[in-house]
Amino acid sequence: MPKFRYMFTFGEDTIKEPVIYLVGKHFDVVTNIRRAQIEQDHAWAVLEIEGADDEIERALTYARGLGVQVNLMEGDVITG
Amino acid sequence: MAFATALRCRECGRLYNLDPIHFCEFCFGPLEVAYDYEAMAKAVSRESIARGPNSLWRYKDFLPVLGDDVVDFSQGFTPLVKAGRLGKALGLRNLYIKNDCVNPTYSFKDRVVAVAATRARELGFDTLACASTGNLAGATAAAAARAGMQANIFIPADLEQGKVLGAAIYGPHIYAIEGSYDQVNRLCSELADKYHWAFVNVNVRPYYAEGSKTMGYEVAEQLGWRAPDWAVAPLASGSMFTKIYKGYKELVQVGILDSVHTRMLATQALGCSPIVTAYNEGSFNVRPVKANTIAKSLAIGNPADGYYALKVIEESNGAGVAMTDAEIVEGMKLLAETEGIFAETAGGVTIAGLVRMAQAGTFQADETIVAYITGNGLKTVEAVVEAVNKPTIIQPTLESFEAAYAANAVGTAR
Repeated sequence: MPKFRYMFTFGEDTIKEPVIYLVGKHFDVVTNIRRAQIEQDHAWAVLEIEGADDEIERALTYARGLGVQVNLMEGDVITG
Repeated sequence: MAFATALRCRECGRLYNLDPIHFCEFCFGPLEVAYDYEAMAKAVSRESIARGPNSLWRYKDFLPVLGDDVVDFSQGFTPLVKAGRLGKALGLRNLYIKNDCVNPTYSFKDRVVAVAATRARELGFDTLACASTGNLAGATAAAAARAGMQANIFIPADLEQGKVLGAAIYGPHIYAIEGSYDQVNRLCSELADKYHWAFVNVNVRPYYAEGSKTMGYEVAEQLGWRAPDWAVAPLASGSMFTKIYKGYKELVQVGILDSVHTRMLATQALGCSPIVTAYNEGSFNVRPVKANTIAKSLAIGNPADGYYALKVIEESNGAGVAMTDAEIVEGMKLLAETEGIFAETAGGVTIAGLVRMAQAGTFQADETIVAYITGNGLKTVEAVVEAVNKPTIIQPTLESFEAAYAANAVGTAR
């Protein structure tokens, strides 16, 4: 199964939601928090996510739908 | 001599061997090349550099390559042009253009790929790869051809065929990927993990990125061994911007310069300006955006080095500005009409940013300012095709010409 590195960033409107738990519960992906900073009203977490491509895509779309900012750690690989 | 000693995590400081890896296994921070600057200082001098070739390889001691078998087709050591006419228009007496339009594939990407390809060959790779919409594809394909390596180039499926030509001519395998931007990025990341290829801006990115330092060394050398007061550069991922500054600072570390006080001015296209937006907000949190700008070579909505670029702005007491598409076109025209240099849209971003800051009174008239022009205008002709004068059509007679000439003269007089 492929593994990817993503950063999830939470604002005041999403900080109270158990987003990483929900992603693992609703989709067949394994999440592993490797680095994080959590404050009262904002946070970020660097995750390793393992799963089938389609399932990861659906999981990330779901997280974004909850209002979390989701970025590939490598940044944009496609460049000019 | 080679002075690269290790790869170091930019977040936690953990050290790794000089392998084809790009992130820390523990904290997932990006890796950067570490050097033995004490030993480097004993080996390099202004004289030793001057004895080197007229290419970026004159700075080989500063780069993460271990042997002498470099991929060389005269990348780098591009002209630094005193911009008298543009400077006069802006009230700047010491304005210079670093003209990287004249690299072998007409952009600064030849520098980073030269280092990536050389290190890739040292690491035993026989294939280069990249994902690109233009400049990087051409540079990678050309370097692979020169080095006798295979090249696999990945492009979005909706990329215009004309954009592919600059890479296709060198004979790489080109794969057009259908899917969302995020899916394309993820596939490329996955390919870099799975295949024994040197994916230039993924698994050998720590080496690749170091190539941009040569834009700092060259300018300092061409200015008579001093760093400028201001450096103006366009930002996409932010990597080049940080490495230009690193180049200046390394010259101090090895004793070639006494000091550096360069202020770094970051310029982005307003339609893709996540780094400048964060700067304007006083934040170091770069929020990704969907790019919508004519400056396609800067259209990186999720910039890998955005945070580090912001740190450079802060450390250098620099600034950031974002330019509209109309300002970018005006910048391209202004540079061409005053200095005879046809830059791509990224160059228009640089010049437009320079103009805006000059008009705002940011610069002192005697300060030394270097504007980095990173790619050739023939790559982005569509951006200016409607903005330039159309030919005057005449009949093959003297009368027809003279009538048209007189009309043009009247137009000019007005």
